Amino acid sequence: MYDVLIIGAGIVGCAIARELSKNELNIAVVEKGYDVSCGSTKANSGIVHAGYDAHEGTLKAKLNVRGCEMYEGLCKELDVPYKNNGSLVVAFNEEEQKEVEVLYKRGITNGVPNLKIIEKNEILSMEPNIKDNVICALYAPTAGIVSPFEMAIALGENACENGVEFIFNCEVSNIYKDKDKFMVETNRGIFEANYVVNAAGINSDKISKMLSGRIFSMIPTRGEYCLFDKIIGDLVEKTIFPTPTEKGKGILVSPTVHGNIFIGPNAIYQEDREDTSTYIEGINEILYGAQKNVNGIDMRYVITSFAGIRSKTNVGDFIIDIPQRGAVNAAGIESPGLTSAPAIAEMVVSLLCDQGLVLRKKKYFKANRSNTKKFIEMNDEEKKKALEQNPLYGRIICRCEHITEGDIVNAIRRPLGAISVDGVKKRVRAGMGRCQGGFCMPRVMEILERELNIDRKNINKDGPGSYILTGRTK
Amino acid sequence: MIRDVVVIGGGPAGLAAAIEAKKNGAEDVLIIERDKRLGGILQQCIHNGFGLHIFKEQLTGPEYANRFIDEVKNYKIDYMLDTMVIKIDKDRNIIALTPNDGIINIKSKAIVLTMGCRERTRGALNIPGNRPSGIFTAGAAQRFINMEGYMVGKKVVVLGSGDIGLIMARRMTLEGAEVKMVLELMPYSTGLKRNIAQCLHDFDIPLYFNHTVVRIHGRKRLEGVTIAEVDSERKPIKETERFVECDTLLLSVGLIPENELTREANIPIDNITSGPIVDESMQTMVEGIFACGNVVHVHDLVDYVTFESRIAGRSAAKFVKGQLSFNDKSFKTKGTYGIRYVVPHRIDPLNVDDSVNFFMRVDNVYKNVYLTVKNNGQIITKVRKAIVTPGEMESVVVKRSILEKLNKGDIEFTLEEIKND
Ligand SMILES: Cc1cc2nc3c(=O)[nH]c(=O)nc-3n(C[C@H](O)[C@H](O)[C@H](O)COP(=O)(O)OP(=O)(O)OC[C@H]3O[C@@H](n4cnc5c(N)ncnc54)[C@H](O)[C@@H]3O)c2cc1C
Ligand SMILES: Cc1cc2nc3c(=O)[nH]c(=O)nc-3n(C[C@H](O)[C@H](O)[C@H](O)COP(=O)(O)OP(=O)(O)OC[C@H]3O[C@@H](n4cnc5c(N)ncnc54)[C@H](O)[C@@H]3O)c2cc1C
Repeated sequence: MYDVLIIGAGIVGCAIARELSKNELNIAVVEKGYDVSCGSTKANSGIVHAGYDAHEGTLKAKLNVRGCEMYEGLCKELDVPYKNNGSLVVAFNEEEQKEVEVLYKRGITNGVPNLKIIEKNEILSMEPNIKDNVICALYAPTAGIVSPFEMAIALGENACENGVEFIFNCEVSNIYKDKDKFMVETNRGIFEANYVVNAAGINSDKISKMLSGRIFSMIPTRGEYCLFDKIIGDLVEKTIFPTPTEKGKGILVSPTVHGNIFIGPNAIYQEDREDTSTYIEGINEILYGAQKNVNGIDMRYVITSFAGIRSKTNVGDFIIDIPQRGAVNAAGIESPGLTSAPAIAEMVVSLLCDQGLVLRKKKYFKANRSNTKKFIEMNDEEKKKALEQNPLYGRIICRCEHITEGDIVNAIRRPLGAISVDGVKKRVRAGMGRCQGGFCMPRVMEILERELNIDRKNINKDGPGSYILTGRTK
Repeated sequence: MIRDVVVIGGGPAGLAAAIEAKKNGAEDVLIIERDKRLGGILQQCIHNGFGLHIFKEQLTGPEYANRFIDEVKNYKIDYMLDTMVIKIDKDRNIIALTPNDGIINIKSKAIVLTMGCRERTRGALNIPGNRPSGIFTAGAAQRFINMEGYMVGKKVVVLGSGDIGLIMARRMTLEGAEVKMVLELMPYSTGLKRNIAQCLHDFDIPLYFNHTVVRIHGRKRLEGVTIAEVDSERKPIKETERFVECDTLLLSVGLIPENELTREANIPIDNITSGPIVDESMQTMVEGIFACGNVVHVHDLVDYVTFESRIAGRSAAKFVKGQLSFNDKSFKTKGTYGIRYVVPHRIDPLNVDDSVNFFMRVDNVYKNVYLTVKNNGQIITKVRKAIVTPGEMESVVVKRSILEKLNKGDIEFTLEEIKND
């Protein structure tokens, strides 16, 4: 019997879990995937938006601005890489210039601090690789970049350290009430809870329906990306957006917190909620879009491409409401959902309280995660100490990113630790570099085998079914 | 302590260079290898075909490597295993990481870079589709199968007809997998002719030229690939697309010299080879830093690696003893018609012992040609070739006596058609 049961371990579910875990409560997160951050949160732009995009008065506008304000502090607290690099929306003709002015006004109304429209010379001195026929740009110094899955993992881990239970491979199929209690049916049995939160991303419409809440329709919208080698990592420093169209924010060019450059996304509607494959047409589209604005986007330096799916709905705004007494929807959380997640969490908690959930602050809430630094990020003193305690820090496994065996063991042993090759990759970047795991994958598997005490044949690349080895040689 | 020569990498290149440095009077030679064993990529190449030129016999990779490892031990050359160099600089300071001692700093009078190369991956090809498991570089699959004893799949498609791909097609067949086909984007193979015969023809594995993979299918494990023929600009032809069911895709799509350390030390790199620019002594453009083997350019025969590495080791010893002369009598080499690159890039005839062996790759398949070496329009030497292909490295030897007589100007390498034949 749980006080609160959260459905979905994406950034939203994890942020809510962590926010609630500050209190004396019995909390569970049920997740259909095998790890945190298996949905939209895994593949998006990782931009902490300033908050000028969303229309005045929407939940998106309000929560975006608040979320952006909270991000840096939260990342510090949880030791997640974040960079306040600022963003530019660039205009190349009069029409686009008008749009920039519209965005500026909207941003002011939404309460975005320090917005500014800047002219060609200033733009080019900031970002010399922007095409020089640029006219003006909206400069938002409060925008930032974050590693989205690392953020979700950090929130999840920290919630776990503070007592939240995570139940993976657990898909909710039905919800009903037995007297005052929610009965949540899953493939792993029925869970009882006093309160339920719907943070099920692309399936949040189905869960809302189960809770007899608002009926809306999902418009799954794929977005494709290309990630580039660090060799061209200094092409741009800020996130460069074209002026938006009715289709969305357009193809951006941005650095990542780890020093790569990436481009994308496009916006393709599809029926399938789970098909995150890329298409040649899409890759060409984003390439064209990026090259229109920035010089030096060279396909020879692509190290991988991938796609994510937005939980876009016909409502056009986040759906954060009360579908039934005791439940809260955090549904249809499309962009800027990553940015807004910390603010969504605050709002969801207050909606739960409105319905009678009593919060008693924990005496020993642990706000910081421990032991999160990678060897390569340590200073000399820290390196010395780490090596004394654990010689495994002296063995580099991922040579592209200089990730050591100590880092990998740590990623496996941490709360909600990695159980797959991709899980290791998401937590400590082994296999994220230009060789994409070609060299380190066998070694990562060896470490997983030893640490988890499972046969190597049962180690997956990603979720169940993505086995790597088919048996022993003869 | 200041070392005489530190060799970074313990593959065939590093081993040969270290031995040769020692033989030529460098006292204190150290090899640093990040793996648990010496031998480099040869450790996983358990097929034979190594050493035909150097030893006049057919050895397996580990056998070939062992001959050098034994010699390293006989000469009491120091080596550190499980130790990765993470930084070098122009002044020949080395920073390495090792489990026992943590971060160590080493100063060396000369450095030989022999870090080898790595394989190009799916990301570099940007093949669209899903991202399931079951996609391996051929070398990674080789490691699993030959060193760790695990099979990686049952129904296999190989993309790329490079040597590693060909050898793995045979290896997987012998292990009971069904290798459905090998696809090659180009109209010719980039592998050795003998490997095509011994690995594909002997096992009835079809090789399709002008073909590529255009899409990956399967959300968890690979379920198949869509393949297509490509046109003369190497663009896939839509009408020729077809689905091939498989659970494994092996990529053998090229090797890239591993020059992160070199780049960080600001040692100039040749854009075509992706390796450092070197001279007749295998010295890079930074004094006292030498390079050889696959880190300089990708070799198809390890014998050539050994040959080149001996020069590097010998030169490093000479440098330490102050015997490597420096003057401006340097010639640049240049590949023109048909020749993609030439190594070494610069020649100082005064440092040449007897002759220079120039290594080069052509940019296409040519039949009946002269491989011609020129200086100031004058022909220095020419070699007749019945066929040259990008898959097989060519070499031309030029004597010191000839090089000494050259005037200013580049040494040009070019292909010339043989007429009236
Ligand atoms: C292409 C793209 C670009 C984006 N760019 C940005 C950006 O730059 N900045 C920004 O702020 N936002 C961005 N977003 C939006 C952001 O990614 C999402 O808003 C955010 O990740 C949503 O998080 P979530 O937790 O709601 O959803 P998810 O991460 O999808 O999590 C939902 C979880 O619920 C689980 N689940 C679903 N159904 C069930 C069930 N029945 N039972 C149990 N579990 C279930 C899923 O497995 C999943 O793990 C982008 C989105 C996309 C797709
Ligand atoms: C699958 C395959 C099949 C082949 N088949 C044949 C054949 O049949 N016949 C033939 O003659 N040749 C063959 N070759 C070619 C030949 O083996 C190679 O050309 C040769 O091994 C290259 O030697 P190397 O020393 O330059 O590189 P490698 O063997 O790659 O050695 C480089 C070494 O450097 C180490 N290293 C790299 N960076 C660092 C660092 N920062 N710190 C410490 N150590 C480092 C690596 O761990 C590695 O051990 C084959 C090659 C392959 C890959």
